[in-house]
Amino acid sequence: MDRRMVINTIGPVWDGNEVWLITAGGAMFAAFPNWYATLFSGFYLALALILGALILRGVFFEFRSVYPSGRWRTNWDRVMFGACLINAVLWGVAVTNLLRGVPINEKMQYVGTFFDLLSPYTLVGGLTTLCVFTLHGALYLTMRTSGELVDRAWNIAKPVSIAALIVLVVLAIMTYLETDLFTSVAATVALFFSAAAMMVTVLFTYLKAKGKAFATSGLTIVFLVSAVFLGLFPRVMVSSLNPAWSLTIYNASSSAYTLKIMTIVALTLVPIVLAYQIWSYWVFRKRVTAKDVYY
Amino acid sequence: MGTCRGEFFLGELILSRLQFGVTTSYHFLFVPLTLGLSILVAIMETLYVKSGNTIYKQMTKFWGTLFLINFAMGVVTGIVQEFQFGMNWSEYSRFMGDIFGAPLAIEALLAFFIESTFLGLWFFGWDKMPKKLHCLCIWLVAIAANVSALWILIANSFMQEPVGYTLRNGRVEMVDFLAVITNKHVFFQFPHTVLSGFTTAAMFVLGISAYYLAKGKYAEIARRSIKIALIFGTISIIGVIGVGHFQGMHVSVTQPMKMAAAEAHWHTEQSAGLNLFAIADNDKKTNTFEIRIPGLLSFMSFGTFNAEVKGINDLQKDYVAKYGEGNYIPPVTSLFWAFRIMVGLGFLLALIFLLGDYLYKTKKLENTTWFLKLLPWMIPLPYIANITGWYLTETGRQPWIVYGLQKTAAGLSTNITSAYVWTTLIGATLLYGILAVIDFVIMKKRLKTVRWRKEIIVPPMMERRRDPYGPEYSMVYPDCCSFYWVLLS
Repeated sequence: MDRRMVINTIGPVWDGNEVWLITAGGAMFAAFPNWYATLFSGFYLALALILGALILRGVFFEFRSVYPSGRWRTNWDRVMFGACLINAVLWGVAVTNLLRGVPINEKMQYVGTFFDLLSPYTLVGGLTTLCVFTLHGALYLTMRTSGELVDRAWNIAKPVSIAALIVLVVLAIMTYLETDLFTSVAATVALFFSAAAMMVTVLFTYLKAKGKAFATSGLTIVFLVSAVFLGLFPRVMVSSLNPAWSLTIYNASSSAYTLKIMTIVALTLVPIVLAYQIWSYWVFRKRVTAKDVYY
Repeated sequence: MGTCRGEFFLGELILSRLQFGVTTSYHFLFVPLTLGLSILVAIMETLYVKSGNTIYKQMTKFWGTLFLINFAMGVVTGIVQEFQFGMNWSEYSRFMGDIFGAPLAIEALLAFFIESTFLGLWFFGWDKMPKKLHCLCIWLVAIAANVSALWILIANSFMQEPVGYTLRNGRVEMVDFLAVITNKHVFFQFPHTVLSGFTTAAMFVLGISAYYLAKGKYAEIARRSIKIALIFGTISIIGVIGVGHFQGMHVSVTQPMKMAAAEAHWHTEQSAGLNLFAIADNDKKTNTFEIRIPGLLSFMSFGTFNAEVKGINDLQKDYVAKYGEGNYIPPVTSLFWAFRIMVGLGFLLALIFLLGDYLYKTKKLENTTWFLKLLPWMIPLPYIANITGWYLTETGRQPWIVYGLQKTAAGLSTNITSAYVWTTLIGATLLYGILAVIDFVIMKKRLKTVRWRKEIIVPPMMERRRDPYGPEYSMVYPDCCSFYWVLLS
């Protein structure tokens, strides 16, 4: 019942949100074919795992309630948990690998294996995304559910927010030791803002300020992602073999003509997409209550 | 790393091609149905809004539920398609990214967002917005689904018939966006594919409705669904066949080898005959046995009975002269039969729809039990035709991945090993297989345990269906999907 309500909070919107991922893939392919090619073929097995997890996550919404037995549901809930866990961790691992550098040769080919992607630093990266995303989800539930479930969400959010803050600080320290991110002023500032936003989130979580906590945890994620890409700039993927072999926005990009077309397309369409997606959230703005779940 | 390439049972090239074939075919079980079913559901809701008759609302929800599950499967298996280009075909992606990526990104921005957002609004928003606005949502979904197909086919058409590009920096670069999106190939491929999707959906609705009508269940929904499906299907299948013919003529000119292989036409001939049946010998480069209709191939390809149709052997010589040494002959036997299966099923479907029209018009349909009982078994036909059609298109282009510009072997990622591809191929096949089996098992069990109650279709019960994943959902859904899977599996 509780789980049903949790699922219903994202039921109408998860699909639309997943399209952002698909768009990101398409945009990357269109704008930076070499980045797309090196990253996807290099991180082959990791991406296969992510894909498997994404598929299970998608069918979960359709399959879970089809079969009435409790065990069936419990098992699907476990599958969902596993799939989301893999996704949350692997995104962190993937992004920190871009920053730390992976073995890329002079022909832009990844020459490592799957296990080269796992290191203490990237695992902390994975742990960070896991904690931050879990917190973000819990804070979302404090806004979207009702009744006893809200309290449960707060009770989860509290310890997770502390954990998220700790791993984020550890990640920042390790980033200083393992990467050159701090040579970029902008990236340093962004990372600092991210940590600051996290601290405020912890505060709001303990004050049970529902909307504010969710907003600041969102800011944490925005600043964290900005820090990574500002730190990389103008690179998109660092080569650990030779700095000259790194992929940059210049050597990985499409032709100027294609980029121009894509810019026009994106500037026209993204605002429209945003407008109707916001409208969609507005339509489903009401909290999901027990009354919405018929059993 | 480099040492184990190609040594593990089969090479990574064959495995990657196999994987792409398996995942794409699976993906394309869901896509065509959603192209047509979205429109059918939109038509039903429009009828509801116009007439206010709640039976149409029930129909809308009934078929809409089936649309949703297929759409979701289409989405999740579609992400695999997008990722695979980079994972297994990264050299292709580097070579083609400048042109190929743009339509994919535009597809997501222009169509896919609309589709998924408005589907969520539609499915969960029955009591949250005015009727007309709600109906508009499903129309947006239906239009976006088909616009989405357009952009994917624009991308695919470049692989069949490159236009608007230049070779620069060791890759193809776009010089004329308009030329890319108005590729002549699209004008045939898009209607052919989309109308096939419409036919698939019409057959799906027709088959399931006929089953219910034969059993006397949901008769009111079934009767009205049949009418809509018959009209929609008849128009679509005639369109598919008509466009298909012109597409064949076009491809005879732009990719002569593909059509020659599909016809098992080895030797250049004036007034060439069409093989109805042929046993091709790939080593001797000729047919050991054939039954042919004189002159018909010339007519089908070029519109006159006297035209010269180049054979595979001469085309091979031409290709060698143009592109250098190599084997440019795709697998003739399988293409020949894929082509015949596709065309044969197309005509069979036309026959089914026309017979259905006749029986419906003369009011004999409900009493023609054998026909009603036969129809559910016809649901797989368009699926088989869709897959064989794509087999013809893609395998017929071999050895090219981009016709005349890049060979398939050159498009493969250089840093993946057989072991990697085995892992993902087995993983994907298992996962896809398990999902199919799960569906199948649930349906079977549910069919046995559910006590069929009349209330399921009476309005008050439907009105209470607030939670789309609640118990009532699970009653309607497995019942219908079961046929789908029983027949497919």
